[in-house]
Amino acid sequence: MKILVCISNVPDTTAKINFTADNKAFDKNGVQFVINPWDEYALARAIELKEAKGGTVTVLNVGEADTEPNIRKALAIGADDAIRVNAFPKDSFFVAQQIAAVAKENQYDIILMGKESIDYNGSQVHSMVGELLGIPSVVPAFKLDLVDDSTARLEREIEGGKEIVEVKLPFVASAQQPMSEPRIPNMRGIMTARTKPLKAVEPVAADVKADYVGYSKPEKKSGVKMIAPENAGELITLLRNEAKVL
Amino acid sequence: MSVLVFVEGLSGEIKKSSLEAATYGSRVAQQLGTSATAVAIGEVHEDALAKLGEQGISKVLYDGDSRLNQFVANAYVKVIASAAAQEGAKVLVFSNSNIGAAIGAKLAVRLNGSLATNVTTLPNMEGGSFVVTRGVFSGKAFADVALTADLKIIAIKKNSIDITAGSGTAAVESFSADLADADFAGAPKETVMQETDGVLLPEASIVVSGGRGMKGPENWHLIEDLARVLGAATACSKPVSDMDWRPHHEHVGQTGITVSPDLYIAIGISGAIQHLAGVNSSKVIAVINKDPEAPFFKAADYGIVGDAFEVVPKLIEAAKALDK
Repeated sequence: MKILVCISNVPDTTAKINFTADNKAFDKNGVQFVINPWDEYALARAIELKEAKGGTVTVLNVGEADTEPNIRKALAIGADDAIRVNAFPKDSFFVAQQIAAVAKENQYDIILMGKESIDYNGSQVHSMVGELLGIPSVVPAFKLDLVDDSTARLEREIEGGKEIVEVKLPFVASAQQPMSEPRIPNMRGIMTARTKPLKAVEPVAADVKADYVGYSKPEKKSGVKMIAPENAGELITLLRNEAKVL
Repeated sequence: MSVLVFVEGLSGEIKKSSLEAATYGSRVAQQLGTSATAVAIGEVHEDALAKLGEQGISKVLYDGDSRLNQFVANAYVKVIASAAAQEGAKVLVFSNSNIGAAIGAKLAVRLNGSLATNVTTLPNMEGGSFVVTRGVFSGKAFADVALTADLKIIAIKKNSIDITAGSGTAAVESFSADLADADFAGAPKETVMQETDGVLLPEASIVVSGGRGMKGPENWHLIEDLARVLGAATACSKPVSDMDWRPHHEHVGQTGITVSPDLYIAIGISGAIQHLAGVNSSKVIAVINKDPEAPFFKAADYGIVGDAFEVVPKLIEAAKALDK
């Protein structure tokens, strides 16, 4: 069983988000980057499947050299090897094409990633990869089990419920809670990660169809209006008459 | 050169988020000086489809093939692609639902289009460009994205456009994309809907959410009672779902569901930055917490410092007294 886990390098969940003075680009200054939290569910589940059934877990990131600490972290968590496509991830179609190119070359049985990245929140790459490779994509999935060597059983979320889907390998799935419990690397993992292969490859020629031209931040709230707890019912009146949301 | 909107049904009716998509599509059509057509699939009542005229849709292409009653990505994509070809659509509009985002992405590849999901504004078409604004960084910022391909595909964020309540009737035409059995490979074996007497969280205009301050699942009747009387959905913070007090599908936050209702009422939730990221695009936020230093008050429009067990019953009482 060959599993590919695609990880995105994103600002830490608690990071303050700022842009350059011309508002044309994200300002990385002082920002700690982490493995996209949703991708950690995918990675943890891939390692669980490997532990149960054997096989390999390869980690893939489309990013410049500064993403390598987080790729090493994924290796420390338990992936066997890693590929970095040496390119700035310009838009989701560009990233999907890079993943599809790597996947075509190496023939994975399962391709996993998080349901979205917490920076661009696109929820696009997994479905694009499925379409580019002509294989099923099951998104977003919160349960993934293997029925046998050629079939997987997944549960995916739909608005108001869930669907149970069985697909033949290979397929793409995106992960969300509670697919697995994300793992923290231990000392042995950190030591062995240093010796695991991390290969950088150049990107394939790919289209970019969404051009990010500017950024802005939401308007600041004008401040909170406090209501005394003994008059709590007044909140309902204010929500009806002042905020007009009831 | 028209605008094509994909509308989703739920129990025969059209989802609120799809009425938003229909409104959005009609407005884009107005901007372009063209008309908006909708495409609907599976189990939706025809009179509900005709009512899309109220949102400015002139025509609905309806594929009632019963095999489409369940979501099968490839089959849905084929129907929509075929409708888009028939209509000569230059703009496709979806709701940013789990289904909408997935098929939007597949269509972007198949039809060589530009895709933007999580969109919050109508396009800016100045100087021949086509720029939309979308939520990024989990609600902490917005990005302006120029869609450069001929075909633009937009999935709009829920609750980011007010539904037009106009008049008019859309002409409903039956439509078939000649689907083969192979198009249904990967069809779900089973669909299980949640038992809910309330409102679906991702579709809700009002959300009542509880945190650790509720002290235990046995106290959730307070959250549920307030939600029921307000016509709201219930939600919870991450620790609450991690402790299994509430199911995961109610977890709101950066790694849970992102919501943007008209009103978010947070009870006993301190307001960690990861939680705020899931709710900060709510139009109005009301916070009830015992701790006056809870960070959530900084993000709130209305606040009460008090014990949930004393405050919530008063809110329920006051909400019952409202004439609906």
